[in-house]
Amino acid sequence: MLVPVKWLKDYVDYDMKTEELALAMTMSGTNVESIKTLGENIQGVVVGKIESIKPHPNADKLRVCFVDVGGENALQIITGAENVKEGDKVPTALEGSQLPIGIKIKTTKFRGLESQGMMCSAQELKLETKNLPDEQKNGILILPENAPIGEDVKKILGLDDEIIEFEITTNRPDCLSIVGIAREAAVTVGGRFKFPEIVVPEGQGNISNETRVDVEDPDLCPRYTARLIKNVRIKPSPIWMQQRLRAAGIRPINNIVDITNYVMLELGQPLHAFDFECLNDKRIIVRRAKKGEKLVTLDGIERELDESVLVIADSNKPVGIAGVMGGENSEITEKTQTVLLESANFNSTSIRRTAKKLGLRTEASSRFEKGIDPNIAEIASNRFVQLVEQLDAGDVVNGIIDIYPKPLKPWRIKMRPGRINKILGTNLTSEQMEKILNSLGLKVVEKSSEHLFVEVPTFRKDITREEDLSEEIGRIYGFDNIPPTLPKGSTTFGTQPSHMVKADKTKDILNACGISEIITFSFISPQSFDKINLPKESPLRKVIKLMNPLGEDTSVMRTTLIPNMLSVISYNLSNRQENIALFELGRVYRPKSLPLKELPDEYNLLTIGMSDDKIDFYDLKGVVETLFENLGVTPVEFNPYKHPTFHPGRTAEVLINGKRAGVLGEIHPDVNDAYDIKKRVYLCELEFDLIAEQSELSYKFEPIPRYPAVERDLAIVVNDSVLAKDIENTIIEAGGSLIKEIDLFDIYKGKQIPEGKKSMAYSLMFRANDRTLTDEEVNNIYNKIVDSLKNKFNAKLRD
Amino acid sequence: MREKLLNIRKEAEKSLLEAIKQQDIERLRINFLGKKGKLTQLLRGMGNLLPEDRPVIGQMANKLRSDLERMIEEKIEAIKEKEKLERLEKEQIDVTITGRKKFIGRKHPLTRTLEDIKSFFIGMGYEVVEGPEIELDYYNFEALNTPEDHPARDVQDTFYITDKILLRTQTSPMQVRTMEKRKPPLKILAPGRVYRSDAVDATHSPVFHQVEGLVIDENITMGDLKGTLIAFARYLFGQDRGVRFRPHYFPFTEPSAELDISCIVCNGKGCRLCSYNGWLEILGCGMVHPRVLEMVGYNPEKVGGFALGMGIERIALLKYGIDDMRLFFENDLRFLRQF
Repeated sequence: MLVPVKWLKDYVDYDMKTEELALAMTMSGTNVESIKTLGENIQGVVVGKIESIKPHPNADKLRVCFVDVGGENALQIITGAENVKEGDKVPTALEGSQLPIGIKIKTTKFRGLESQGMMCSAQELKLETKNLPDEQKNGILILPENAPIGEDVKKILGLDDEIIEFEITTNRPDCLSIVGIAREAAVTVGGRFKFPEIVVPEGQGNISNETRVDVEDPDLCPRYTARLIKNVRIKPSPIWMQQRLRAAGIRPINNIVDITNYVMLELGQPLHAFDFECLNDKRIIVRRAKKGEKLVTLDGIERELDESVLVIADSNKPVGIAGVMGGENSEITEKTQTVLLESANFNSTSIRRTAKKLGLRTEASSRFEKGIDPNIAEIASNRFVQLVEQLDAGDVVNGIIDIYPKPLKPWRIKMRPGRINKILGTNLTSEQMEKILNSLGLKVVEKSSEHLFVEVPTFRKDITREEDLSEEIGRIYGFDNIPPTLPKGSTTFGTQPSHMVKADKTKDILNACGISEIITFSFISPQSFDKINLPKESPLRKVIKLMNPLGEDTSVMRTTLIPNMLSVISYNLSNRQENIALFELGRVYRPKSLPLKELPDEYNLLTIGMSDDKIDFYDLKGVVETLFENLGVTPVEFNPYKHPTFHPGRTAEVLINGKRAGVLGEIHPDVNDAYDIKKRVYLCELEFDLIAEQSELSYKFEPIPRYPAVERDLAIVVNDSVLAKDIENTIIEAGGSLIKEIDLFDIYKGKQIPEGKKSMAYSLMFRANDRTLTDEEVNNIYNKIVDSLKNKFNAKLRD
Repeated sequence: MREKLLNIRKEAEKSLLEAIKQQDIERLRINFLGKKGKLTQLLRGMGNLLPEDRPVIGQMANKLRSDLERMIEEKIEAIKEKEKLERLEKEQIDVTITGRKKFIGRKHPLTRTLEDIKSFFIGMGYEVVEGPEIELDYYNFEALNTPEDHPARDVQDTFYITDKILLRTQTSPMQVRTMEKRKPPLKILAPGRVYRSDAVDATHSPVFHQVEGLVIDENITMGDLKGTLIAFARYLFGQDRGVRFRPHYFPFTEPSAELDISCIVCNGKGCRLCSYNGWLEILGCGMVHPRVLEMVGYNPEKVGGFALGMGIERIALLKYGIDDMRLFFENDLRFLRQF
């Protein structure tokens, strides 16, 4: 809400700087977003009167004007403009003055004659030119005849003003008006609030003889008032009104339309003026639209309506969408003779739905949808005719049509001062509270020792219960005056759930492994599944779709973190980043059924992605093993696995305690291509909820071994296809509990090893907890292991 | 004999003086004390001495032996020490050359910020809880005193999945979900992801993160809300930070307020960051609306409390001086590695 300070001061007396007022208003609940000073860049431009004009002796296109600016002598000013004549009053920039277009005025010679200043056009003063007569659009701006000579033009043009922009919360539609802001300002700074004095002028005839109004749906239109203005004289509204409208963000159009907008800004009641001659049968019917009915609104767009839309109609067609926008068919034009003025109240929900449905939010609809006091409708209508009379915009017809079957009356709230203090943590007396309430226009109508009855005026529909009064009292008393304390009462324990503790720990471990965290959006493109090569029947393609996504790229809820991880890797590679090692611990959303009937399951996944010239599969696997080890996750298995996103020969399925925990491997080159990645990428995606569940973080001491270990090396030659895991399991099985460590220290293929075979060299460590092992014991076990490997894998001992 | 002994002593002392390396000493030892060494040889001739001379000469010879051993030992020590010093001298390196660093991964700045926030509230006795991001309209709006067609819904452009299911626009539904399940006293903190259909720009993101706090007990006042949040704001932004509570409106609290801190750049003087008003809004808060309490079956005459909600991105932007929301979700390593 833009509020010009001078306008505000019409309704509230206060004596302080605008900045001080703004701070006070902010702290009492009407937040100030900005303060703008108008005409800041116009300095030293005054009203001048052209006394005489002579042709320039040396130039055909120039004229010499003598302009009285209130000084001893008239200034000689050379102009090329053609629209000025003797007697005109014009904005005159004096020597040394400053214009908003960045010019400083100096005395200059034009074809041998001195020009002691400059007469300004609207453009040079950065004013709106749209409503000016054509000759002034390109020529000099002509000021009103009564403008005092020598006066600062900012005063004449309403530019000596400041504009405060207030943020009005949705519960305070009454503050969407200058009067509403003035009322708050008065309470806040202790000034006097002055409601505009409204006098309805004496007119001619009577409206009831000229027209009638029928409201078919009083639920959607609780009140409808109409007035008539005859012999309308359409012209621009006076400069002061235009300036106020412009300052408040509304474009001036003509006197009638401007007055409707002026009253809306002043009182908060949207008004609409119809061209009475365009109303069939000279009447108004407020009804629901018929399905398929059409109306071209004032913005020139044809709207198709249905029964949910309330329209203002004449006997055969809609002429406006109630509370939203009027129709072109009854628009005020220069030819308008008679105006029917509507000042009505519409159901906020209905207006809100209509505006949303039509995608048409207007100054009117945004006010109606927050709720307007129906009792202001008549006052606004009266204000309108008063201004019509004042601006000589037409002749007012006596009387008002007012259909208001259920007038809204003030309501009462029981308030316990003790309760208010208990909510706020204050010690205010009942009298202090009463004083605050009264200042807000909330009347204390009855009181006892325990409670007060407060009568709420109809413009404060946000106040319906005791707590609402606590806010009013609190904010006017000042939140900053409430003493800060800490909650007293029962002990509570600060904790976080186990899976969050494990998540924090996981992040620490991965950080220690050199891996950084990423956070990505929860929605992805449905195309992602093709990019990561998932088959058509993949359950990950069963996604939850947004009804109103921002775009196709962010239209489905992710079921995997892999696409986002690959995008981030690709993005960083394209920025020439190296040592890429990233993880994301985030949610995926898997529907139980589609379309959604109940809330879906939300799972946490952990995805790690690495890409660097110096790493391979085992670096990533090592990270995962390190993570599991430090989280106390065991036993873990990695088995060869096929997954369409991954390299067919370099992918493992990860099992924790026999349960599937995810997949780990090198990304398939086709998938890399889809993400424009030129380097090998190693990636795993793990079910974090399972990891957290299986993680056992309690630490228990085991004695440090007291007897020495015996080490033996074992090198065998086996078929390529034999898995290390199977060899190791065989060693453990044959070796029993005395085997403490198995370390594969070399894999060799090539010279001396037949084609299709590989040599695997292990270092085995044996140890007993209760004695030193003898050579003989170790040899026995070692031989058992060798025999087992020979039997199972046809392994040959390598010497 | 006596003379010979004296000569050996002289000769040994001279050789010791001349010895430079450990090998020289070794040679010297063999020369005098070895099996065929001069002293050993001499002592073999003891048998030829007169019996009365033997004790005296014997004593002399033993003294010479132990003296030589000691001197050799000392000389060896001295040489070792010298050689050590020479080695140390040679081993000098350029300590200004950069070391081999270990790269530690970084936590995302949003995670870091949330950890800060959590640690304050956990210390104050709050329990961290989590809930669904895909949420029922009921929890996100209705139970929070924001029925259909409430104008406050406009402020939060919502992503819908069905008419009744949406992406939560705030973490506030966790207030209701927790209260439905449990009885006061409650002190909870609910962090999580939230969604609003705002296009991505420097100050907006359709996905962002919030933390919700809720305290319900008997006798909780707005003063308690203030005390808690002043402590929090100063914990995060420094002990001297100016804090103010500005009345505001939320459908589910009454009274409602926004908390501003004095600008972290200009300290209240006015600069571009604070739009020249000296203050920065960091969170919304208020006393839980009795309607919300009634809807979960609490009696607002008996219990009440306060709620607070803040955007983690907002706090992180301010705390780290980041000027563009998009950086959080682009995951540029040059950004991530700064935290």
